[in-house]
Amino acid sequence: MSAAEEVVAEGHEAVEAVPKRAMTLGTGTSLVVLAALLIVPVFVKNFIIFQMTMVLIYGLAVLALNILTGGSGQFSLGQSAFYAVGAYTSAVLMEHANVNYALTIPISAAICFGFGYLFGKPALRLSGIYLALATFALATAMPQLLKLNFLEHWTGGVQGLVVTKPDAPFGLPMSQDMWLYYFTLAVTGAIYIFSVNLLRSRSGRAFMAIRDNEIAASSMGVNVALYKTLAFGVSAGITGVAGSLGAIAVQFVAPDSYTITLAISLFLGMVVGGVGWLPGSFVGAAFIIFVPNMAESISKGLSGAVFGVLLFLVIYLVPHGARQVAILGQQLVGKLKRN
Amino acid sequence: MAAVRFQVAVLCTALALCTAMSSEALAQKKYDSGASDTEIKIGNIMPYSGPASAYAAIGRTEEAYFNKVNAEGGINGRKVKFISYDDGYSPPKTVEQARKLVENDGVLLIFGSLGTSTNTAIRKYMNEKKVPQLFVASGASKWNDPEHYPWTMGWQPSYVSEARIYAKYIMKAKPDGKIAVLYQNDDFGKDYLKGLKEGLGSKAAMIVREEAYDPSEPTIDERVVKLKASGADIFISITATKFAAQGIKKAAEINWHPMQIISNVSASVGAVLEPAGIEISQGVLSATYAKDGSDPQWNADDGMKKFYNFLAQYQPKANKLDAGVVYGYAAAQTMVKVLQLCGDDLTRENVMRQAASLKDFEPDTLLPGIKINTAPDDFAPIEQLQMMRFKGKKWELFGDIMSSDIRH
Repeated sequence: MSAAEEVVAEGHEAVEAVPKRAMTLGTGTSLVVLAALLIVPVFVKNFIIFQMTMVLIYGLAVLALNILTGGSGQFSLGQSAFYAVGAYTSAVLMEHANVNYALTIPISAAICFGFGYLFGKPALRLSGIYLALATFALATAMPQLLKLNFLEHWTGGVQGLVVTKPDAPFGLPMSQDMWLYYFTLAVTGAIYIFSVNLLRSRSGRAFMAIRDNEIAASSMGVNVALYKTLAFGVSAGITGVAGSLGAIAVQFVAPDSYTITLAISLFLGMVVGGVGWLPGSFVGAAFIIFVPNMAESISKGLSGAVFGVLLFLVIYLVPHGARQVAILGQQLVGKLKRN
Repeated sequence: MAAVRFQVAVLCTALALCTAMSSEALAQKKYDSGASDTEIKIGNIMPYSGPASAYAAIGRTEEAYFNKVNAEGGINGRKVKFISYDDGYSPPKTVEQARKLVENDGVLLIFGSLGTSTNTAIRKYMNEKKVPQLFVASGASKWNDPEHYPWTMGWQPSYVSEARIYAKYIMKAKPDGKIAVLYQNDDFGKDYLKGLKEGLGSKAAMIVREEAYDPSEPTIDERVVKLKASGADIFISITATKFAAQGIKKAAEINWHPMQIISNVSASVGAVLEPAGIEISQGVLSATYAKDGSDPQWNADDGMKKFYNFLAQYQPKANKLDAGVVYGYAAAQTMVKVLQLCGDDLTRENVMRQAASLKDFEPDTLLPGIKINTAPDDFAPIEQLQMMRFKGKKWELFGDIMSSDIRH
């Protein structure tokens, strides 16, 4: 068992302390969170709404990685590449072909699903750290591929493409930011429900069987090759949607936006949120967006070091990330109820 | 009693006069978000972390310069609050930070943010919000586009300007020469090539060979060999540091001794000429617009004396060899000049109006004779450079200050 697989397996043991609902939040908690997400934007500035939108978007990308790693046990450091493909698909369709922004999202999802599925084929032969390396190569290659000369007419080369932000439809009295937030929230909600159901379904069980023991899974009749590539495809598809939403929210795509740093941030978000715990993806996304800002406000020159220290603290105190915090909270509430 | 009444009357009149005067004075003062009687908030975005963090020296110098201004009483009595955020050179983060500055911190303007793609990412937003995006720290020529982006302005000479100056110099020094160009295949290289062709004008046929390289290539040796084979006697190397050094070295290896010009981006003694070899780098040409902080010839220069004093007092840890320090000082000085010109009318509109009407302004750390001039249809503050030649162990300036204007 490689070191990488151990992390997942270890996390899994912690999950079993809270059986069945381990992947998600309880219905009550989910509704409370949803209500908060719906109401908060009414009371805050556009800038905060923008940040919340970015949390949802990165949360989606982390969720996609979570399905791949937490679900099927495969590693990827190449999520930034899928994110970039999604972003560029939307940007090019919107700016060159005048396609409505909402329509570009399913197109991005389809293209990225295909891209991920095809990449999953050769990646089948690799596992653990070797797979991580192969995907790493994908992430480093992507910014350069986007700069290629013969694509420049479409991608704008190094200059990138400026994307027009959509207005709220039907004359709804809300700012562009607020509309985009609710739009993102709707897409995120739909994908979250889809993901939860996917992992609870037959396919989800097949993913987890492969994660826990590939040989056992195949002897139980699981088509290992099919499900592994499928996991890659689904993960890439969701990342592509996140990329599309990201391009619309940021209003700009350029090769510099989708470097390996993004892939590593997403990976970091997954670990902080808790590998295999879907709601944790959004906690992880908040971590990668807000903690660097906090670190910067503590010390500008040493922001990287401060960030590192904060990360260390998280890893030492709560090695299973937000999931562990949630479990602790649940146990505490349980105890209080009994008393 | 009469005396008391008289006193009261005087007091009343005085009070009334005072109120009238102060309200009149208030009427003249105009503020947009970020400015008040006591403070001017200036936003800035720098890559303090990430791949371009070497440039962060610019931001730190600017901060130190504003500290100096505040210590000396501020601008027309108002203290500058310089809010500088890190974007790690990642465009999405730049957008987040720009929005934070404008919407959360309520800055009057964003000044001196670094990078081409990062600034492109926020240009549309800044222009939609009508918030000045002043003195962008990037050499791309696109910041000079007042018609489409009236709220965005560059500062340093653009790559196009610099290339035009090389063209002018070549036409004077070697009018029947044959030019071979090696350029980086991105916006930086292409901007240069465009400027070079514009500068040569009808003589663009002097360019006998163009070779483009990709920054991911390990070496450009083969391309230099091809350039030599073209029979050119002028070699223009529009390259980033590592490749500039390789170009100089390879040309010497294959015994090719053309007139060599390297771009200002790579005109670093420590990073390019020393690695290439001081001996073989003799006579290499380039152009510049700022004084070299490590060059003893400026020790007696008034502007540089002020600069060295500033460093000693406000930024003792700065490396004066770092071109970013000289740059940040001059850019911040330009910013302060604009705000001084604004007087008590600190609206965003007036800031842009004043920024677009600078006349012959000379920051301390720019070469003598280099003047900042702008106009409502000219958003390119610095458009002059001076040629320099590498001699001994340092650059020697020669010739006049040259304007990149093609007409004269």
